[in-house]
Amino acid sequence: MASVVVAFELGGRPVEVLVSPLATLQQVLRTQLGHTSVKDGCRQGGCGSCTVLLDGEPVLSCLLPVEDVAGRRVTTLEDLTPVDGLTTVQRAFLDANGFQCGYCTPGMELVTKALLERNPAPTRADIAEALSGNVCRCTGYVPIIAAVEAAAAAGSAAAVVASEGATR
Amino acid sequence: MTAQYHVVGESLERTDGVAHVTGRTLYTADLAFPGMLHLKVVRSPLHHALIRGVDLSAAERVPGFVRALTHADVPHNVYTILGLIGVEPEEEFVLPVDRVRYKGEPIVAILAETEAAAYEAVGKVQLDLEELPAVFDMDEALAPGAPIVTHWGNNTFMYEGHPCRRVRYGDVEAGFAQADHILEGEYRTSPIEHAPLETTGCIAVPEAGRFTVYTNTQAVYFSLDNTSIILGLQPNRLRFIGGTVGGGFGGKVDVIVEPLATLGAMRTGRPVRYVYNRQEEMQVSSTRSAETIRIKDGVMADGTIVARKVTGLADCGAYSRQTPYAITKFAANATGPYRIPNVWVDAYCVYTNRTPTSAMRGFGVTMGHFAIEVQMDKIAERCGIDPWTVRFRNAHRNGDVKPHRKVTSDATLIETMQAAARLVGHGLPPELAAMTSAPRTEWEGER
Repeated sequence: MASVVVAFELGGRPVEVLVSPLATLQQVLRTQLGHTSVKDGCRQGGCGSCTVLLDGEPVLSCLLPVEDVAGRRVTTLEDLTPVDGLTTVQRAFLDANGFQCGYCTPGMELVTKALLERNPAPTRADIAEALSGNVCRCTGYVPIIAAVEAAAAAGSAAAVVASEGATR
Repeated sequence: MTAQYHVVGESLERTDGVAHVTGRTLYTADLAFPGMLHLKVVRSPLHHALIRGVDLSAAERVPGFVRALTHADVPHNVYTILGLIGVEPEEEFVLPVDRVRYKGEPIVAILAETEAAAYEAVGKVQLDLEELPAVFDMDEALAPGAPIVTHWGNNTFMYEGHPCRRVRYGDVEAGFAQADHILEGEYRTSPIEHAPLETTGCIAVPEAGRFTVYTNTQAVYFSLDNTSIILGLQPNRLRFIGGTVGGGFGGKVDVIVEPLATLGAMRTGRPVRYVYNRQEEMQVSSTRSAETIRIKDGVMADGTIVARKVTGLADCGAYSRQTPYAITKFAANATGPYRIPNVWVDAYCVYTNRTPTSAMRGFGVTMGHFAIEVQMDKIAERCGIDPWTVRFRNAHRNGDVKPHRKVTSDATLIETMQAAARLVGHGLPPELAAMTSAPRTEWEGER
């Protein structure tokens, strides 16, 4: 089978890539587009380290043929990291030591971002449910959950500041 | 007072923290080099077999196939990781010549332009194997007539001419004769896979006159030195770059991927990537060894242990890797943090046709402590004494001699248990609350 060109949006910019049949989004992001924050842990949907956001929702890029994202919006951690400083979620993971080896961290952070966008004040059970597809072999998850709680608290504090500003 | 300290008592940001939370940390498999080849190996589908033939002809016709590496390509094909610290003999084949000893043992390596071509060619290699009887149980491996796994005629690692690591201290039979109770226990543990999220891998890059190897090893100099020995290269022709490990837990201290990848780079003049897939990580990489631990304790009515006899068996699988060292650690720690005056230990490293085993988090010691602490609870139950009291009464104190003749100088068990009791809100009787690790009085020392 011949290669095909697939066009989609990556981090707000249009991209076109020439891909082999059945190439996964994970392979294309890592090897053709240089987005190595998308990790490669199992290629069978078992570990969550390849998580990306597809139209804002977390998906496992290792199970997704890249043709399926044609015309859609893909976001990786590369696309979210500011030029200077960190996002609220990144700051919370750093401050809470919500990582050890760092290999699961990009996936954990993207799942956290998606969770907080649909549920700004999650319970511990909500957090555990959201992270249940993402494996961490180092931390035992406790500092990761603490990081998500800290990110939620920081996000709602920022929202309060923003709304107070709007009222004034 | 606090002003002079910048680290103690402070919570410091990790130096690699920002890179980790931004996803900018580059792990080995994130790297790529122009012209990079992909290495995959053909693995034995049988647990124990003679290699009668390997037919590469169909594999060679796969588009993208570059070349194969066989045992004939490996300059020094037999090694043992611990050879660097004097452990003998060399026993593991980089690529076996005529016999495979475990399911998943590599036989031939394939180098190809793409990963997909490498997998396709691997699938087209025809193996002619003659299956041999295999052994998977340690007691069976030690029994007469068992299939022999090693090349020296029995199924144990030899410690200075003995089939086991031995500890002899005091008179264990006299201790049993003196004891009020005899307690025997058998404890078994399973192999455990480390399952790091990042799989084992490396990329070897040929440069002018030398090779730079990017690797996620936990033991960069073990890897460099063993690769030097296997490839017959002076160490100054190898530059190993490690340091970023996506989870190790002891599972990345073996030297498996670097010699083959570097050999591939030598033979082709191109960068070679050899990264395990998840299946290889789970089924072929070393695990913690399974152990069978048999303990016989002689105990006085007050819970004091006066004699312990231990036979420990650790299944190293088909090649021993770091397990002989684990067994030595097990033998040295067979009394745990407790003072026992009469001790006898035989600890065997047993070869079977299972996956080779190696280091994992406290290897040797961890499984021993599982057995020892369950035994302590049984002693408490038999003597009708509180489990805390039994541990305090037997705890090492400074000045106590351990069975391997080291004098205890840093005992902290008593103080640690006192702190643990406080943390869990367990009130200790005054006798235990007042104890310290200070040397025993003359009267206490006589027990």
